[in-house]
Amino acid sequence: MTVGNKRNRFHPQMFALYIAFASIIMMFGAFTSAYIVKQAAGNWLEFSLPTIFYISTIVILTSSLVLHMSYSAFINGQERKYKLFLVLAFLLGLSFLALQYLGWQELYAIGIDLKGSISGSFVYLISGVHALHILGGIAAMIVAMLQAFTLPYQVTDKRKLRFQLTLHYWHFVDLLWVYLFVFILLYR
Amino acid sequence: MAHVATHEEDVLIKEHGWDDHFHDHHHGDKYQSNFISHYIFSMDHKIIARQFLITGMFWALIGAAMSVVFRLQLGFPEESLAWLKPVLGKWIVVNEAGIGTLAPEFYYALVTMHGTIIVFFVLTAGLSGTFSNLLIPLQLGARDMASPFLNMLSYWFFFLAGVVMFYSLFISTGPFAGGWTAYPPLSALPQASSGSGTGMTLWLVSLTLFVVSVLLGGVNYITTVLNLRTKGMTLWRMPLTIWAFFVTAILGLLSFPVLVSGFFMLMCDRGLGTSFFLSEIFIEGQAMEFVGGSPVLYQHLFWFLGHPEVYIIILPAMGLVSEVLSVHARKPIFGYKAMVYSILAIGFLAFIVWAHHMFMSGVNPFISNFFVVFTLIIAVPSAVKVFNWITTIWKGNLRLNSPMLFAIGFVSLFISGGLTGIFLGNSAIDIQLHDTYFVVAHFHIVMGVAAFFGMFAGVYHWYPRMFGTFMDETMGKIHFWGTLIGAYAIFWPMHYLGMAGVPRRYYSFGNFDAFSHFDDMNKFITVAAAIVFMIQVLFVINFFWSIWNGKKMKTKNPWGATTLEWTTPIEAGHGNWPGKLPTVHRWAYDYNKDDREFVPQNVPMAEGEKAGEDHH
Ligand code: HEM
Ligand SMILES: [Cu+2]
Repeated sequence: MTVGNKRNRFHPQMFALYIAFASIIMMFGAFTSAYIVKQAAGNWLEFSLPTIFYISTIVILTSSLVLHMSYSAFINGQERKYKLFLVLAFLLGLSFLALQYLGWQELYAIGIDLKGSISGSFVYLISGVHALHILGGIAAMIVAMLQAFTLPYQVTDKRKLRFQLTLHYWHFVDLLWVYLFVFILLYR
Repeated sequence: MAHVATHEEDVLIKEHGWDDHFHDHHHGDKYQSNFISHYIFSMDHKIIARQFLITGMFWALIGAAMSVVFRLQLGFPEESLAWLKPVLGKWIVVNEAGIGTLAPEFYYALVTMHGTIIVFFVLTAGLSGTFSNLLIPLQLGARDMASPFLNMLSYWFFFLAGVVMFYSLFISTGPFAGGWTAYPPLSALPQASSGSGTGMTLWLVSLTLFVVSVLLGGVNYITTVLNLRTKGMTLWRMPLTIWAFFVTAILGLLSFPVLVSGFFMLMCDRGLGTSFFLSEIFIEGQAMEFVGGSPVLYQHLFWFLGHPEVYIIILPAMGLVSEVLSVHARKPIFGYKAMVYSILAIGFLAFIVWAHHMFMSGVNPFISNFFVVFTLIIAVPSAVKVFNWITTIWKGNLRLNSPMLFAIGFVSLFISGGLTGIFLGNSAIDIQLHDTYFVVAHFHIVMGVAAFFGMFAGVYHWYPRMFGTFMDETMGKIHFWGTLIGAYAIFWPMHYLGMAGVPRRYYSFGNFDAFSHFDDMNKFITVAAAIVFMIQVLFVINFFWSIWNGKKMKTKNPWGATTLEWTTPIEAGHGNWPGKLPTVHRWAYDYNKDDREFVPQNVPMAEGEKAGEDHH
């Protein structure tokens, strides 16, 4: 659909995706700055983050790696490996969401609910809005899988680009989580 | 008027053009084939531009009509508004004597909707949506936007946002009524006022959809500018319009998401019981559970968007005006590079001045100092631009047609309104002026009316490019003089009201003896507002009348302009240029150069010819 001049190495759609990243970063930047401002104002409840969040972090990082291997397999003609790893990355993405959910339950169990304290509200809000962005990535992977299993295997420029868009987005939301997690760990 | 005859120009593109094999694939036709895909779900940027424009005009009429209604109540509180009952229904309360007055809740709702609609739907979507879409591909020599599909989505998200907002006007509790800035607690507590319930929920939904539209558009504009310029169109050869749209899109992309963050927190406070923005609140004697939140936090998030937003509105107008002034003065723009650097400087500074809206909100005065300094620094690039506009038309061969008049009017308004900004930017003076009619006067002149003037200049100038006909000049001139004089008549007196301390957003001053001598001034303002409104109706009539009855555009380049949008066929189809793309050999401002009246950008340099300002 793109009306490109095919003059640039960096495909316009990829370029557009990176611009969208800037927007998403501003959005989470707003959350984390609000967090810092609110914390400096005092009246701040400290608590430790659920251990499950450590596990989910490892899971999402693994998922990124696996998706990357799927992409390499895709361009190197290893069809089976490509499909297998794609499904695996997808499942890991789903488990990340499940783990986040368990993490929220763990928080709730230690008495940190959504409205009790602002620090707690922030953790739910930030991880929740992040989870919404993960859902976007999951949707992209579902489309990728549909294509992988319905279209005959073929490495075309177009399919390569599509895969790259999914891949880069997935890496991005993954690193975004790492940032948010480390941020909350440091600024408790 | 045109020096280079039409067929010669075609030869130019044929010989020097750049074949991008666009027409080999026929991908243009598959989504242009029937009425629905051509005119409704169109992906052609030229159609989308017109969709934005006409939707914007629809909202402008509604927003402006609202202001006339609340002004009537304010200026003539004793007169009966019962005649509005058929339209406003229960919001007009008729007493035993048969005198109808506007319900106070609805007065606030109208003020709020007026601001929201004009700022977002008209001056953001209607202005930058229209002209970014129309001009970015055409002036850069591109076939379309980088992603025509996302571009279409951008319009339809805007449309949807409008539907939701429109619906909120008719619900029984009324639309949101806490001001266009939607400060908590009025926006955070559904029970705080009648508009704070469903009205506010719809406001949030609508504006969130709107932000999606802005982001989709912005991603496209930036990508197109950086990736799809034709051969020879270096950044330093881009017309100032494009620079302005480009920086506008960057501002939008970086500031609107912050607003959405604030919206999400607001939604949590409203629906889930969090207290981000709420603390120790009593409603009707009842203590609420919220503790520890801060309404000032919302103000920070809002104005982090809010201030860049005012530049999102004015920058495109500045770009259009620069172009129109240069074309109709038949002179190169003065200080092209200084203009570009000013746009960039304004764009950058726009992000570090937001707290000048909060001097009186209890922010630390030492922090205020920082914001005072940067606020006043913005005056520098603004003044550079004003200086360059004036020197551009200085001793020019002015054609005083409607687009030119509106462009000159823009400069006048921007000076008047910018000067009062310097008063407000001093936090000490702002103690007296904050939340008075002085602020209302300031931003209406510098942003409201000025941006409308930029938009009018753009519409009159590019109308032939959009519709193939010209707008009527007589109606255009009546429109200009009426609006210019009328706008000053409305907003000039407001400065005096504000200096005397008359607060904005009050339903009635009946209880303030100190302000009673302003009654006549308020009546005068109201009458002027009603007249200006009627003159805008004349513009709308001219706009639609001229589509079918306007003077036909006979040559491709009726204004004798240099930019590429005037090298396409009068009826440009999908892909904009029928054959090859034009290539660019010079900057956009070669007017009256070496005895040539004007030289379009796609004309190769003559032997020994020196470039304009572009390659110094
Ligand atoms: C020299 C440049 C300018 C300076 C120093 C300046 C300064 C200020 C200050 C300090 C305020 C806050 C006043 C208060 O609430 O007490 C203000 C309000 C405002 N300004 Fe400006 N301004 C400038 C130019 C502009 C421009 C170019 C625009 C728009 C295109 C603009 C739009 C607004 C708006 C919309 C508000 C009020 C918003 C509201 O409270 O509803 N200003 N300005
Ligand atoms: Cu401001």
